[in-house]
Amino acid sequence: MYRVGVIGDRDTVLAFKALGVDIFPVISPEEAKKALRAMAREKYAVIFVTEQVSVQIEDMIGEYENEVLPAIIPIPNNQGSLGIGLKRIRESVERAIGVDIFFEREGEEN
Amino acid sequence: MEIRVNPTRMELSKLKKRIVVARRGHKLLKDKQDELVKKFIDMVKENKRLREEVEKELSQAFGHFVMARTLMSDQVLEESLMYPVGKMDIKVARRNVMSVRIPDIETVSVGKEDREKEKSPFAYGFAGTSGELDDSISILSGILPKLLKLAELEKGCRLMAIEIEKTRRRVNALEYVMIPSMSEKIKYITMKLDENERGNVTRLMKVKDMMMEKGV
Repeated sequence: MYRVGVIGDRDTVLAFKALGVDIFPVISPEEAKKALRAMAREKYAVIFVTEQVSVQIEDMIGEYENEVLPAIIPIPNNQGSLGIGLKRIRESVERAIGVDIFFEREGEEN
Repeated sequence: MEIRVNPTRMELSKLKKRIVVARRGHKLLKDKQDELVKKFIDMVKENKRLREEVEKELSQAFGHFVMARTLMSDQVLEESLMYPVGKMDIKVARRNVMSVRIPDIETVSVGKEDREKEKSPFAYGFAGTSGELDDSISILSGILPKLLKLAELEKGCRLMAIEIEKTRRRVNALEYVMIPSMSEKIKYITMKLDENERGNVTRLMKVKDMMMEKGV
């Protein structure tokens, strides 16, 4: 049985508390790294990280890139999205196909 | 390109076998790559759509939550959120897509039966709390399944992308390095062997002529 966790600033993650998701409010990047490492060791399959925090601990998120679990997913915090989630999707597309055909086409439609 | 190979029949037949294997491997890998890319594009499209949707709804929920935070005292807010309705637990299976293992997430919340009975994600009384909090929680509990789906898709997409990159590298190495160099070697050996053969024939003819001259 796996669990779900959220890492981020207190104001954002508190909202998830009511849903039974484990929350890890952090302030500094060091705290976030510590929390992430501890969670990855335990049975957390999905870890949501607010985009603001995920920027600061990008190198550590990269370490878990090749693993099937945990899935570390950036989410926007209460101040809105930084577009990091979409950027990551675009990165995958570029990596797989070589060029960003997918988003370019979307751009032309608009 | 420098060719370092013994021009012998043994070497030639070995190389011929190897090039057949390489060609077959190349074809298989190429097929795998094509199929992976096809699946990946479908997945990534879904991923993008879902992410946009989730981000929109999340910001809505957070908007309500920020309002609730300003309307209620910290103490009351934390008190009402302290004891959640159920614990969020998930089951993760591993799905195999073209030999890429991607996670398959399924929700199994503890206390789910209670929640279904009551049909309410709220774990607190409504008396002391703001309506904004209710809005925020109900939106959030609605998007939680979507968030998990997003996690599954996004992780899957990233793993697929890595696998596609690897496969592409292998295909290219076979197509542009291994196979050309092997066919080059085969050509070199056949030419060398033919040349030896011709040399042998002329030598024999020469010897025959010399013997004729001597009148043996």
